Amino acid sequence: MNKKESAFERLLNGIIVENPTFVLTLGMCPTLAVTTSAVNGLGMGLTTMAVLALSNLLISLLRNIIPDKVRIPAFIVIIASFVTVMQLLLEGFLPSLYEALGIYIPLIVVNCIILGRAEAYASKRPAVLSLFDGIGMGLGFSMALTCIGAVRELLGAGEVFGIRVMPASYVPVSIFVMAPGAFFVLAALTAGMNALKKAGEKRGRDMSRIRTGCDLDCARCGQSAGCTKPEKEG
Amino acid sequence: MSGLRNVSSNPHVRAKSTTASIMGTVLIALLPAAAFGVYNFGPRAALLILVSVAAAVLTEYLFERLCKKKVTVGDLSAAVTGLLLALNLPVSAPWWIPLLGSAFAILVVKLLFGGLGQNFMNPALAGRCFLLISFPAIMTNFDCDAYAGATPLAAVKAGESVNVMDMILGRTAGTIGETSMIAIVLGACILILAGVIDLKVPGSYIVSFTVFVALFASLTGRTVNGPYLSAQLAGGGLMLGAFFMATDYVTRPITKKGQYVYGVFLGFMTAVFRIFGAGAEGVSYAILLGNLLTPLIEKYTMPKCFGKGGERS
Repeated sequence: MNKKESAFERLLNGIIVENPTFVLTLGMCPTLAVTTSAVNGLGMGLTTMAVLALSNLLISLLRNIIPDKVRIPAFIVIIASFVTVMQLLLEGFLPSLYEALGIYIPLIVVNCIILGRAEAYASKRPAVLSLFDGIGMGLGFSMALTCIGAVRELLGAGEVFGIRVMPASYVPVSIFVMAPGAFFVLAALTAGMNALKKAGEKRGRDMSRIRTGCDLDCARCGQSAGCTKPEKEG
Repeated sequence: MSGLRNVSSNPHVRAKSTTASIMGTVLIALLPAAAFGVYNFGPRAALLILVSVAAAVLTEYLFERLCKKKVTVGDLSAAVTGLLLALNLPVSAPWWIPLLGSAFAILVVKLLFGGLGQNFMNPALAGRCFLLISFPAIMTNFDCDAYAGATPLAAVKAGESVNVMDMILGRTAGTIGETSMIAIVLGACILILAGVIDLKVPGSYIVSFTVFVALFASLTGRTVNGPYLSAQLAGGGLMLGAFFMATDYVTRPITKKGQYVYGVFLGFMTAVFRIFGAGAEGVSYAILLGNLLTPLIEKYTMPKCFGKGGERS
């Protein structure tokens, strides 16, 4: 927590170190439901990123005004406002994406990544860092969703971003664009991420920050008893 | 002499049967059905069986070598999975279907959950359903050189009459191993005589299926008579499923009472799928659902230890 925090570090943190999908495994509902194609995954990711960055910024700016007792409702009001803005924008300018994402756009309000970052980060940190934290987390989420969507589309339809990449003789494994495929691909990519982390450790790099999976203030954290976070001693 | 001095903790008396010997018996018991499949559908069936078994064994071998684990190919369970999967395929399937299905069954369903004994679903059946969901057109195409047209079960569902004698002998369209009731029951007798399985699960499955299918069919206004019931019993994967898949040690309940509950549940679900479902067949999904319920059934049917339970003093 007291390591150097810069805008760049925040971006990297969101994309790799604490990737919301593969490391923190947050926001599973949209992750599993909308990633039937790379475009849907990317659209969902970018929409969430916009909401995340803006709500992080606003919550950080208001962090000294919002009373502690009603902070969660206050966060939700802020997040819901931005989601409504995004929903109307999508409906107006990207109707096809709006149709494809459907109910999952309003459900961004209850995406635990957004509320989690508001509670764990933006409500305690300066505005610029919070903004970049939101962008980093959003980018990590977008990348993860796009990857999952691309793999599912590739195996399940033989295409990526709607462009045919498999030879014509390829028979699509349609289970991958159905619900079970989402679980298979998410599990395989998470395993791949862990394998990369292990390989990095073997080469002697410090990978300890990956998979701490927590950005909470240790003093206020309810789970500090079972916590293995290195900073706890510090 | 040195054997006599060997000091060890109990158990001191062990049964001779090993995983490999049990799986070997299952393989032998499956041979009549497999042989009849090859006789009925031609050499292409043998090719699919070969690819399926080889893919299953090879997947297990490669995964365990790559992960530096003990290679368990010798317990023959992978071969059983591969053979069972092949028996569940239509003969018209392209060669890569058993390859993909076996690899999925062994890798995802069995090894990723911890190997034999840890899988919560029957690998062969899960592999088959994976294929069925992914390639519905290929997996339900029962047209081949020997037979054209619907499977007997589909014909029964459509209200047509079928030749029950052909179904019992196996001279019908269907998957490679499911058509001949005689060959499957012969294999089942081998298993029962060798003590590998008993009749608790298959018996309660088949009996309850007959009862429920008669009940549901009459509810939907069909005439339930002898030929109809025999067609339902001899048709599709019921016999193969009841004797070779529902009895899987890993995924059926271990308690005596639980096995009856499990069998009746499978019979009920199969009848529901066959009568009310969109397709003609429902054995695979019924058994997979039963697999999922197995821990729950075991929890409620576990016998009480002596001295436990009853009135607290």
